[in-house]
Order: sequence, then C-alpha cells, then structure tokens
Amino acid sequence: MIGYNFAYLDEQTKRMIRRALLKAVAIPGHQVPFGSREMPLPYGWGTGGIQVTASVLGQQDVLKVIDQGADDTTNAVSIRRFFARTAGVRTTTHTADATVIQTRHRIPETKLRDDQIIVYQVPQPEPLFRLEPSRVETRRMHGLADYGLMHVKLYEDIARYGQISISYDYPVMVNGRYLMSPSPIPSFDNPKMDRMPALQLFGAGREKRIYAIPPWTEVRSLDFEDHPFRPINAPHACGLCGATDAYLDEVVTDDRGGRLFVCSDTDHCAERRAAGHVGAEGMKEAAE
Amino acid sequence: MAYVAVKGGERAIDNAHAWLAEERRGDPALPDLTLPQIREQLGRAVDRAMAEGSLYDPDLGALAVKQAQGDLIEAAFLLRAYRTTLPRFAHSRPIDTAAMQVERRISAVFKDLPGGQILGPTYDYTHRLLDFALAAGDLVPHAPKAHAPQEPMPRVPDILRAEGMMEADAPDDAEPGDLTREPLTFPADRDVRLQALARGDEGFLLGLGYSTQRGYGGSHPFAGEIRMGEAAVEIVPPELGFAIDIGDVVVTECQMVNQFKGSKTVPPQFTRGYGLVFGFSERKAMAMALVDRAMRAEELGEDVTAPAQNVEFVLYHSDNIEATGFVEHLKLPHYVDFQSELQNLRRLRAEVERAAEAEQSPSPVAAEGRGEGAAPPTPHEGAVP
Repeated sequence: MIGYNFAYLDEQTKRMIRRALLKAVAIPGHQVPFGSREMPLPYGWGTGGIQVTASVLGQQDVLKVIDQGADDTTNAVSIRRFFARTAGVRTTTHTADATVIQTRHRIPETKLRDDQIIVYQVPQPEPLFRLEPSRVETRRMHGLADYGLMHVKLYEDIARYGQISISYDYPVMVNGRYLMSPSPIPSFDNPKMDRMPALQLFGAGREKRIYAIPPWTEVRSLDFEDHPFRPINAPHACGLCGATDAYLDEVVTDDRGGRLFVCSDTDHCAERRAAGHVGAEGMKEAAE
Repeated sequence: MAYVAVKGGERAIDNAHAWLAEERRGDPALPDLTLPQIREQLGRAVDRAMAEGSLYDPDLGALAVKQAQGDLIEAAFLLRAYRTTLPRFAHSRPIDTAAMQVERRISAVFKDLPGGQILGPTYDYTHRLLDFALAAGDLVPHAPKAHAPQEPMPRVPDILRAEGMMEADAPDDAEPGDLTREPLTFPADRDVRLQALARGDEGFLLGLGYSTQRGYGGSHPFAGEIRMGEAAVEIVPPELGFAIDIGDVVVTECQMVNQFKGSKTVPPQFTRGYGLVFGFSERKAMAMALVDRAMRAEELGEDVTAPAQNVEFVLYHSDNIEATGFVEHLKLPHYVDFQSELQNLRRLRAEVERAAEAEQSPSPVAAEGRGEGAAPPTPHEGAVP
C-alpha cells in the first residue's frame, strides 16, 4: 500500500515487537510489556494479534485468519484484508497451507506443524484479573509463583457446583512455572496447546503485553487429582460432516427449540465434506 | 429452515461501508460540509478530537470530525491511528504558557492581579436559551476590539510561590516518559500521569474530578488560574544548536490550588493540580487538574481511599480509544465461548437436577408431604431435542 511500510508497522516498531517476542519465547507464559502501537482497527478487535503477525510476517508467508474458528466471520475477513492490503501476502483458508495463522477464540482442529506459527488475539492477558484487579499486585504474584488464589477459586467451584465452572479462557500452567491465560478459547482447545509443534504467540494490544509458548512446551490445564480437567463440548456430531471430535457451534434453526450443531472450524468441516463425510443434516437434505 | 453456513462476510462489509458513506453524506440536495466550515464553526469539536486524538492539526481534526459524522471519539480514533504512523523528527522544548498570546485568563482566587482578568470567548455568562436567530443563519457578529495586553501575565502559582505559599516544583531533568512508545508501568511518575490525562476522555475525567468534589478524595480545590491562548512551539535542531519557532498551538491550562496541611518535613502550604489540553477545552483542563491533584495523594501522605486517587484505576481506564474498543468488541462474535458456557450451564443444571432427584426418590410420599411450599422440579429449559 502506498505511503505505508510492508505490513503497516515501521521496521523500528517491528524490531521492538520481535525483541519482546524473543523474551517471551525465552520465558514461556510470562507476560512481556511492549510499546503497543495504535492501530487502524479498534482495541479489543485484535490489535495485539495484528501487531505480532505484522512483526513475524515475511513476503513468502501464507496467512490464515480465523475468528470463532471460521475464516468468513466479519472480523476475520477484515483482518485478512488488512494484511492482503498492507503486506500483499498470500492468504488461505486451509490450515495446512498457512505458515502464519492468526486466531480469535479457537485453535484449528487440524494438527499444526513445526513450520507454522499461531498468533492468538488476547483481550485480557492477566489470568488472575477476576481475582485481583490490580496489575501491580498480580505481577508480584507471578513473580513469586503465588497462585493459591486461583486454586482456591477452582476449589470453591467444586465445593459449590461439584465441578470447575470455567468453560473458556481456562487457566493453564506453562512449563510448570507461569500461570497463563490461553485467551478465550473453549477449554476444549486447551489440550491442543500442550506440546504443540507450532510456535504459539499471544498479543494483547490494549493491555500492551506479549507472551509465548515455544514449540513442544508442556501446557497443563489447572485441575485437582480427584477432579481432573474435563474439556467441554456439545454431546453431538456435526450436522454437516458428522465429526464427533470437533468443537461444535450451536445454530438455532427455529423458534420451537430446533438446534443444529456444526463444526466451528469451517475449514475442517469443508475438508471433511469434500472427503465424503456427511452429517445427519446433509443426509436429510440429500433425501429431500 | 435448512442451515446455510454464513458466507458473504466480505460482501456484507463492502456494502456496509458503502451505506455508511451514503449516510455520512446525508441528503445530497444539501451542500457538502467543507473542512474550513468545520474548523471555523465547530471548533470545540475539532479541539476535543485533537486533544483526545493526541494530534494538533485543526485541518486534520476537521477531516476526522467530518469523516466520523461528528462522533468525537471516533474522530479521535482516526487521528490516533494516523499519528501512530508519523515519523518523529524532533522533540519540542516545553511550551512556555506564561508567555502565551492570551485570549482568556481568569483567576478565582485573586480579584485582580498583574495582567488582569480577561474573560475571552466564554459561554460562562451566557443564558442557555436556544437562539432562533442563529437558526435563521447569515449572522456576521462583530465583537469590539481592544489592543492585546502588553503587561506580563505571570501565572498564579508563580505569584504564590514567590511568597513561599505554594509548593516548589520538583526539578526534574530526566527525559519525560511517553505512553505512546512505552507501556504503562507502576509506580507511574507524574509526567506519564499527566500525559495520560491530557489524552484521556473528557467525560471520564469530568466524572472523576466531580467525584473528588463530592467527598471521594477531596482536596479543597480553588481555580487558581485558567488561561487559554496560543503558545509557541520550539525545537532545537542538533545541527543548529539553538531553538527555532515551528508554529503555535492553542492550549488551555488550568492550575488548581489545593490545601495541604503539611507534614513533619514540609510546612503547611498550597499544592497544585495541573491541567493542560490542546485547544479550548476548559472543562477538561479543570477536571484534569482535579484528578492530577487527587492522584498525588500518596506522594503527599494522604489516605488513598477514592477512585480518583487510585493511580492504577485512573490511568488504565481514562483512555477512551482503549475503552471504546474493548466495550464495543463485545459485539464481535462470541459464538464459541457462549457455546461452551451453554454446555457448561446445561451440565451444571443436570447436576442440580440429579441431586434433587436423588433427594426425592427414596421417599416420594414424604416429598409430596412437603406441601405447596416445595419448589417444583426445574424444567430442563436448555434441553436440545
């Protein structure tokens, strides 16, 4: 784009962000403050992820952007266009073809490889913020690995509800040291973070924090021996492709309680259908 | 209804933008607003966009106001997103407001003072009656003119300081912080706090400042001085080694004078809250000065009990570009998280039902015997067919 540098940010800024990324990779799960810039998209809409992506993107990269697992949600479209316009990089919707994947709220169902980078958009990097709003205080708690407050919260959930009541943004322990917010992905996705071959980068623009999980790092969802971590998903199969191991969106089909469950990962679902898998809804339509 | 995967996000966005552009233009039978019109006739709007957008340029401010259809936070956002791409070729020297070309200068603490009181173009003593003559348009008002005051206009805190009644400014030669380059860290020094306030939302600061007057962290303020006018901006290019004037900015400055009881080491004296804002924005400058003083509570050994005194609270929530982005991001899709919350809630409710059934089943007669007061079993509202 005329008048702007490759991928919008100037090289000085990208270098500053890459330095923060290097530090983040060196201290897995630790939140590194960085001089987040004002972006032409609003805070809370992915400015952190966009800055991280802009800093790691090269001309040969192939970018995939998803929001809620889907490539065609409006914000994903908007961010993909932003990079197509400012960096001129190739974009794709196929997980396997992408070298950089920017995501909001999901991890693709297709297993990521060690030559891929996944960039998460993070609204609130501080996993303890609901328990302790002061960031001065939470910084101290991270420094001392003083995470008792979170364990007490999980214990109180069990005492009150018989189970842990967190369904998304489920806190994880990274490399046995730092408590980390996995961003608001459903807890269903948490196990995918553990020992993932791909580099995982997290950008929080408004909160001005970057953190990272290097490839093959241990990521453990917090739990207790007698109350092991249980990811949540709808007990159904995808209505379109029949998948039983993918995270499902619930679609309201009428006002009489009609529901349809479909894969939230649109690329995964489309590939399965292309390969001949058909769900209950697809069979019904074929019969009609 | 057959489910059709939501496609066409790209087309929807393009169409929305086209509609927006049409709506912004309004009735095409009416003349298009020009930037000079906005700059000249909606100056306070341009000022606010420049102040919160952290960019002094009345023409760009007018463009932002026009492009945002008068939504001033959106206008400030446009200016912020533009300024972030600008190269920095120099840092200005501190502007000297004592030497400004004053258009307005009032003091609420001295009836008269060197340089006098100058009301300037203020709404203060207007009666807020809708002016239907203005609606008819075509007015070219003429204000009587006087010679610019020649007498020096010392700033009120300087007058008080000469007598030792006002705290001395702590000399500080350190490079001031810059929130637009470095993330906020705590403890945040006053330079950074003032920068955040100067960029902060007028409404938020107004509410916080007001809260200090109603007992939430009060500091007995007096409007020592408010002045508005043009101040010269100077830079010192390294190749020249001396200061050159690169232009003027209109600013509003407010110096609040506050009581201070003194401490073991400091005799009782007045303390200061400071406000400085681009353009003519007295409300914001005053609110800023109140909040600045409130945030000095810890430094001055006062109890920190109120929101306006909590530096972390104020600084993290004063930026309206951050705030509007995050509040409004709630309209982005959250299908995935909401879905897991739905499943979670169904699981929790199933657990409650199971427990209730287990309680009732051993002795159904006894359960019936509890009478009308017993709650009926919860219907499984969330059940999926």
